[in-house]
Amino acid sequence: MTTPGPVALVDSGGANIASLKFALARLGRESVFTQDPAVIRSASHVIIPGVGAAANAMERLHAAELDGLVPGLTQPVLGICLGMQLLCAGSDEDDARCLGILPGQARRFTQTAELPVPQMGWNSLAIRQAHPLLEGIDSGEYVYFVHSYALPVGSDTLATADYGGDFSAIIARDNFHGMQFHPERSGAVGERLLRNFLTLESPCN
Amino acid sequence: MLTRRIIPCLDVRDGRVVKGVQFRNHEDVGGILELARRYRERGADELVFYDITASPEGRQVDRSWVNRVAEVLDIPFCVAGGIRSVADAEEVLNLGADKISINSPALADPDLINRLSRRFGAQCVVIGIDSMAGDGDWQVYQYTGDPDRSQAAQRRTLDWVREVQARGAGEIVLNCMNSDGVRQGYDIEQLARVRDVCQVPLIASGGAGSEAHFLDVFEQAHVDGALAASVFHKGLIDIIELKRWLGARGVHIRQVGGTEHG
Repeated sequence: MTTPGPVALVDSGGANIASLKFALARLGRESVFTQDPAVIRSASHVIIPGVGAAANAMERLHAAELDGLVPGLTQPVLGICLGMQLLCAGSDEDDARCLGILPGQARRFTQTAELPVPQMGWNSLAIRQAHPLLEGIDSGEYVYFVHSYALPVGSDTLATADYGGDFSAIIARDNFHGMQFHPERSGAVGERLLRNFLTLESPCN
Repeated sequence: MLTRRIIPCLDVRDGRVVKGVQFRNHEDVGGILELARRYRERGADELVFYDITASPEGRQVDRSWVNRVAEVLDIPFCVAGGIRSVADAEEVLNLGADKISINSPALADPDLINRLSRRFGAQCVVIGIDSMAGDGDWQVYQYTGDPDRSQAAQRRTLDWVREVQARGAGEIVLNCMNSDGVRQGYDIEQLARVRDVCQVPLIASGGAGSEAHFLDVFEQAHVDGALAASVFHKGLIDIIELKRWLGARGVHIRQVGGTEHG
């Protein structure tokens, strides 16, 4: 059996990927933060981390000609937080047009004294569809969210969370997956979700 | 539904965790990684590390410990103290912190909040406010890490809370100085007034002494999180027990021990 190469973390700008790298290392996987198409294409698993603003991240992907490459990837791909929104059609944040691999438009939460925005903290998952990504995960388990925009519930929604209404917490279509929360900051539940992602079969293994 | 957060605060000086009474007389309470791991195991929702000596002394700090914390923690953490510029913030975030918190530097240069928020997003930018009753109102204080320099910032607390939100703060930690370190309960009256004008997450700080104090601040001031230090460091309150106790009284909170996977 060959040792898998590093997980590709797609560089779409923004700081703060150390925690994700450490989380993957705790699962025994090296990772590389990159914009190199060859590295991304040959990785067994690709993660699009997301910190910052949607339009800015899309500009960075476009400048590196990755907006054309990512939709054609055949190995398991995971978008985290903003990275999940980048996989979808667009975001109300600066009217950004995103990759359009999955349908859906990210909308801003309505801010009130009862619902501060950003949503920041631990919220519970409600599972809508069984999926290998959710192996060992039950409804009611908590994960850590930090975001102001969210995707509506659709046919690709695997799990929802409720913040003034249900939104998509986990989505999947074919080899593309998204998590609106930060699995690398979600304790044992997040670790299990990342492990599940890394065990999804890849044609690049 | 989003849960209320329990947040141990670790005041860091020279690589050790310390705690003083009303910012004075600091005593050593343990190593950073050892306490970080322990609080994660006991169900803390996130941690705040505050370098209490960095800001007043105007010196560069050794931040390598931030990277070591990021390596062992799988819950979020925030770093405060000594962050005066976008470059300082970038260093701390690159080392693996989820959020940075600024206090006195924001008072000296309020536009720093705008620059940080534009560069990293509001979700990374926490504003710490040290506030104390005075002149029939609440006033902001600055340089509170050093008793010799601590002074009123000539700003009303409620005005500053509004301003930092307009400038792009993603969260506010309100440290009520009158109640800090004496364990007689959070300053409910002040926190409830600040809550009325705060539409970003609000974290209460200063005064936790018993489980009931946490219930009071969640029920009466509707804060998103409660921060405490000495009651946790001294083992007076266990976080798992506290969360069970709060959950039994209807506070929506992330329970650990029963629902977490091993």
